[in-house]
Amino acid sequence: MPEMLKEILKNLVSKPATVNYPFVKPEPLPATRGALSWDMDRCDQCQDCERVCPSMAIKVLPEEKRVEYQPFKCLFCFLCIDNCMQQAISNSTTLTAPGYEKRVEVFEIKKQ
Amino acid sequence: MSSHNTATIQKEYTVFPFGPQHPVLPEPIQLRFTLDEEKIVDVVPQLGYVHRGIERAAELNDYKRNIYLCERVCGICNYIHGMTYCRVIEDLTDTEVPERAKYLRIIWQEMGRLQSHLLWLGLFADAIGFESLFMQIWRDREIILTLNEKTNGHRIHLSTNAIGGARKDIDASLAKEYRKDLELVREKIKVLEPVFYKDKSFRQLTEGKGILPKNQANFMGAVGPTIRGSGIPQDMRTLDPTCKALDFKPVVYESCDSYARTLVRFDEVFQSIELINKALDQMPDGPILNKNEKFPEGTTIVRTEQPRGELIYYVEGNGTNKLSRVKIRTPTGANIPSLVSMLIGHELPDIPVIVHSIDPCISCTERYVQVKKEAS
Repeated sequence: MPEMLKEILKNLVSKPATVNYPFVKPEPLPATRGALSWDMDRCDQCQDCERVCPSMAIKVLPEEKRVEYQPFKCLFCFLCIDNCMQQAISNSTTLTAPGYEKRVEVFEIKKQ
Repeated sequence: MSSHNTATIQKEYTVFPFGPQHPVLPEPIQLRFTLDEEKIVDVVPQLGYVHRGIERAAELNDYKRNIYLCERVCGICNYIHGMTYCRVIEDLTDTEVPERAKYLRIIWQEMGRLQSHLLWLGLFADAIGFESLFMQIWRDREIILTLNEKTNGHRIHLSTNAIGGARKDIDASLAKEYRKDLELVREKIKVLEPVFYKDKSFRQLTEGKGILPKNQANFMGAVGPTIRGSGIPQDMRTLDPTCKALDFKPVVYESCDSYARTLVRFDEVFQSIELINKALDQMPDGPILNKNEKFPEGTTIVRTEQPRGELIYYVEGNGTNKLSRVKIRTPTGANIPSLVSMLIGHELPDIPVIVHSIDPCISCTERYVQVKKEAS
């Protein structure tokens, strides 16, 4: 116990080690795996991302020219990013927001 | 005159259910104690509260998708689960792992062990009522989690396993950060050394509690820090040639009680830091992934060392993209018989310390057992 006293006294005057979360948001690290998005100008609907996704969170529908992505199923393993030949999938460092329902995000090719 | 005949007095035992929901237990298991006053006479463990059907799911899944399923068997030791599964598939498909990937695996495996042991040391301090020690250890553990996030983008689930190597690399600048941050952790944990080695109240609560003699540990098939605390140097890392190259020697304590098991884990924190530093120094340059698209065929067993003990994966492949059998034995499953033998003879207030001393991880160990009746 006396060995810890130094640390305990130091804690009395130092700032808390935790972040006061809802008011102060922690800075995301550059490597943080955040929300995914598809660049549909690049996507060639090859279904590679759908094939490798371990949690089957991605559905590519080539006939309807769109990608359905379920962020609540996603593990954020980023296998889809690694396997995308067209480099159409990118990620941000902000984590996906919680929600009341398991939403599905839809990315569509713009009709000309 | 009272003719008191002791033989006619019937002893009354109390049956006391401990769990499935109890403040000490992180996960649900029921231990049904039979007590003579406060002394434990018998224990019956009852599992089956958190069965998840992982083995069956692994048989239905594509074998490549299973890496991420196996990582989810246990949250704390996720990397080692995924790594063991990858090693099994590499065995079945004759894939050679590049030398650099082997060292990367050692680094992440030891990072997992570090954060798991620090988590356990904190929880153990909390179980004996040492709140400030718990808070201090968990604050220091945060450095390791941040280091994980810097490398892989996640704090706990690394998701860097791949069949035939690793998915991420540690470059020179990151290696420098690893060395710096791990030195910081070492210094911070070193301050706590006198607390674990000398503190009177800590020793009183743990010394002589949950005794598992050497022969009993061997007979009951204990694994991990539980068997190493009983004086048997059993560690699966000694079978790994890469670990051997880093002069790995298991930490062993002879006193066979909860205190010995605590010290094994405490010393392994420093040993893991040393192993990571050595691996960073000796890591050769080169590729990190060797892809092989062959389907697994045949059967194999791979044993690795988790923070809690020996982990066994038995896999049967049939030459298709699905496996016919995946059997996982986690260390807690192997340690439950030893836990029962440790508890008998101790008093009721010692239960939290003894139960915690094996580092129970119940959700990983839940398996469905089907007993078939032979048709006569």
